[in-house]
Amino acid sequence: MTMIIKQSKPSVLTHQTRLGDDEIFMAIDPETKELLYYEDKVDLSQRLILLDKMLLVENGAISLHNDKQDCYVDICSLGVLDLFVDNFDYQHLRRHFVKGLLVDDIMGCKIFTHEIQSSYAARVDNFRSYDTISKDIVQRWTYPFVPDVRYLGNGLQIKLDREGIYKAPDVVQSRSAHIDAFTVLGNATTVGDNTKISNSVIGQGCIIGHNVVIEGSYVWDNVTIEDGCKLSHALICDGVHLREGVILEPGVIISFKVEVGQNIVVPTYSKVSLLPQPSKQDSDEELEYADTNTGAIESTSMATVMNTSKLDFTLGTLDAKISGKPELQGSGPGYIWSSSEGGTEEECRQSIAPIPAGKLLELLQSKIYDNNAPDQDMINTPASGELLPDSESTFGDGDDDREYVDFEKEVEATFQRGLTGVEKENVILEINSLRLSCNMEQADCAGALFHSIMKQALVAPYSCKNELYANAIKEIIKWGDLLKHYLTTADEEFEVILKFEDICLGTTRDFSPLFSNILTFLYDKEILSEKAILSWAQEKEGADESDKIFTKQAEQFIKWLREAPEEDEEDDADD
Amino acid sequence: MPDIQALINDFVLKLKRRKIEGSQATARQTAELLRAVVSHQRLPYTNQALALLDAVRDVGEQLIAANPVELAVGNIVRRVLHIIREEDLTSVASAVDGLGLSTNSDDDDNFEHDDHPILSAAAVAAAARITLRAPSLQTLLEGLPEFASAPRPSSSGGDSEGKSKSAERKKLKHDVIEAINELIQDIETCHEQISEQAVGLIHQNEVILTLGHSKTVKEFLFAANEKKRSFRVFIAEGAPRYQGHVLAKELVAKGLQTTVITDSAVFAMISRVNMVIVGAHAIMANGGVIAPVGINMVALAAQRHAVPFVVVAGTHKLCPLYPHNPEVLLNDLQCPSHLLDFGEFSDCMDFSTSGGSPLLHVVNPAFDFIPSKLVSLFVTDTGGHSPSYMYRLIADYYSSDDFVVEQRIKS
Repeated sequence: MTMIIKQSKPSVLTHQTRLGDDEIFMAIDPETKELLYYEDKVDLSQRLILLDKMLLVENGAISLHNDKQDCYVDICSLGVLDLFVDNFDYQHLRRHFVKGLLVDDIMGCKIFTHEIQSSYAARVDNFRSYDTISKDIVQRWTYPFVPDVRYLGNGLQIKLDREGIYKAPDVVQSRSAHIDAFTVLGNATTVGDNTKISNSVIGQGCIIGHNVVIEGSYVWDNVTIEDGCKLSHALICDGVHLREGVILEPGVIISFKVEVGQNIVVPTYSKVSLLPQPSKQDSDEELEYADTNTGAIESTSMATVMNTSKLDFTLGTLDAKISGKPELQGSGPGYIWSSSEGGTEEECRQSIAPIPAGKLLELLQSKIYDNNAPDQDMINTPASGELLPDSESTFGDGDDDREYVDFEKEVEATFQRGLTGVEKENVILEINSLRLSCNMEQADCAGALFHSIMKQALVAPYSCKNELYANAIKEIIKWGDLLKHYLTTADEEFEVILKFEDICLGTTRDFSPLFSNILTFLYDKEILSEKAILSWAQEKEGADESDKIFTKQAEQFIKWLREAPEEDEEDDADD
Repeated sequence: MPDIQALINDFVLKLKRRKIEGSQATARQTAELLRAVVSHQRLPYTNQALALLDAVRDVGEQLIAANPVELAVGNIVRRVLHIIREEDLTSVASAVDGLGLSTNSDDDDNFEHDDHPILSAAAVAAAARITLRAPSLQTLLEGLPEFASAPRPSSSGGDSEGKSKSAERKKLKHDVIEAINELIQDIETCHEQISEQAVGLIHQNEVILTLGHSKTVKEFLFAANEKKRSFRVFIAEGAPRYQGHVLAKELVAKGLQTTVITDSAVFAMISRVNMVIVGAHAIMANGGVIAPVGINMVALAAQRHAVPFVVVAGTHKLCPLYPHNPEVLLNDLQCPSHLLDFGEFSDCMDFSTSGGSPLLHVVNPAFDFIPSKLVSLFVTDTGGHSPSYMYRLIADYYSSDDFVVEQRIKS
């Protein structure tokens, strides 16, 4: 099977394609164009996708794309139909069928992709894609499928008139009406005085009154819009009658033959219809495959209860807008379908209206915040890759580091409990069990414990570094035995020294000047052995300058260690 | 009839989908289709020409509506209509002359149409002669052209009516088909006839500038090259299709010295050029030219630097309409993906985040209109003409009644 794809970049802010779907991530072999991975429901909070490393084993190279739009045009071989016979519960073409084929090794079916460049293909499956594709057609990206070429059927010839307006014959337009370029006016439509129409498509036989403002809307056939109405980003179906002064907020959809009374303001994203909203009577199957992204249009597939409100009307009431509640519509019956539990979040993603500026600002700010704040996850990314959505993803090795942080937290928690009077043996037991459960080593335990001890030292108030030193000493004396329990080999002590460095560099810089002092003290207390300290110094010989800060600090001490005789000496080597 | 309908639908579909490239191919195929329509048409006993005219006009309307941008379709339809009228008048005239001056006042009762005045044979002959001649002041003053629209085979002498009718019926169709064949022949050989004039136009050591790729221009230059004229050619590449590159290859293959420049460089290089030769999409009745986009700029540059601007085109491109006629679409906005890659610019066209109104428009007009005063010479298959003469050619090829092919009554 060959899938047709087209390059179309998703929005960086909303992570949504032009057509209102979520970003699609595809892995494609650049030589054979085989589709190796397809994901259209990426969990954006995680910012991770996991690829099977067998993909790289089998294919020499893979390229990962998130800027491709799935045209939903597939060229299939005859065998594809047989697959559907066998697996009769494929409900969704992409999520079930394609993904199933990709992971299925037994059948050995391959899916290839074909990218189209100057041709155009797209699918209308929600209101946002309806809007975007209509605009693309009016902008002639789909030439020769454009309104002024009678490609199909024998409709009336629409002409691309001067100033870029598509006009069918018999359009009556007032001289003071202002119609912008890239608007389509259907046959026998009349437009009244001082009316402004921009970026819209108006159908046949419409009567548009005076002083009307229509922006970015789609008005179907035989619609009557009386004077003074304002439509922005709305969809009006056949036969609708809008009385004077109606204001339609962005994203409104008015279904067939509805009459909206005078001066009514229809709230954003609402859908008005003569038929009641279908209530949920879903089978379990539909619950399972419910797709919240298609919005309340496919209301039978919604898993949640939706409110229907039947509205009875009296004539001629003129109430001002009430947002979100049912409202009176002067002259005709109708139902307002309120949105599902997804709320306006889902609505605005797939509505005709553009995403409101306020929301965009919000998204922008949250994005900046995310980039600035030191994310826990960011610390744990492996050095080989970055986790920006646009670039290559890495394999899932970052898990280890995250686990360590968790482990450390657990150890600290245990330690805190230990402070409150739990016996040392119990603390040791707990830490051991933690170690086993998190698959850590003794060295890690030692490091974590040391970290907790140092943190504890910070708890007591101190005003200068000497006092801090005193506090640290106190803590080390108190918990030295506990620590020693885990420091059975030189490696573990080495680990502790490294951990101490990390602490000084990272979270608690207050310790930096005290490094060598504390190191000396640890040595004196026989928590750290000479061997460990010397091997650490050795290790750091070849390191960068920045890593050597602490070795420099402790230089005196190290020198003394080297030169001094084997037996312990009680002299301090403070600098 | 069903066969012909299928043929017509097929052709209409091809026109609608813009599958046929080039005016010459379109013109030839239109002529062939109309020939088929004429030959399939069953003619009534009387007023054959009228029936033929109606049939052709019917089909012609569909063809023109399928692709209003391609003016060659309309041209050929009108040519065929004109042919029908002409042939009819010729047959009338010859029949009348043959019968001499036998009166037809006895034939009053034979007339089936009442809205035209009864004529004497002499008057009819005179009318025929006059209409077959080029229009002149005399014709206008005598006010006789209306006869052209209602040819009256029945107005010939009564006695021989029976015999001449059947002979005439066959003859009319036959004549019309022969004339259409000639037309097709003309369309196919227009390049040769135009190229014959190349020698007279291009002299030694000339530098010629052209834009894009025109088959007529190519043949023109080849002909001059064969006659051993030495000249050099500057080719402006003709964005966005860059067909100039194709022409450059073809000219080099024939051994011509070629220089390729961008469209924007035309003004810079025009001072080195002796003559500009370009092709056209269509020639309007006032001598204005619809040509591929960019040629207006070349014409202005040529005028600025007093370089002769020559347009070569076959007569099938000569359109009897004036540019201000609403039926004439002066331009065709084509697919913008020739200019910009859709994928690269798709983030500029994300309507959800840019406030709903598209900020980026990409427009790709295919044609330019060149006013007649910028053109120095038209080279057609009938010879070289100045722009002010082109309207006269229209009278040779078209009848004024056919200018409006559409039957629709405008409100």
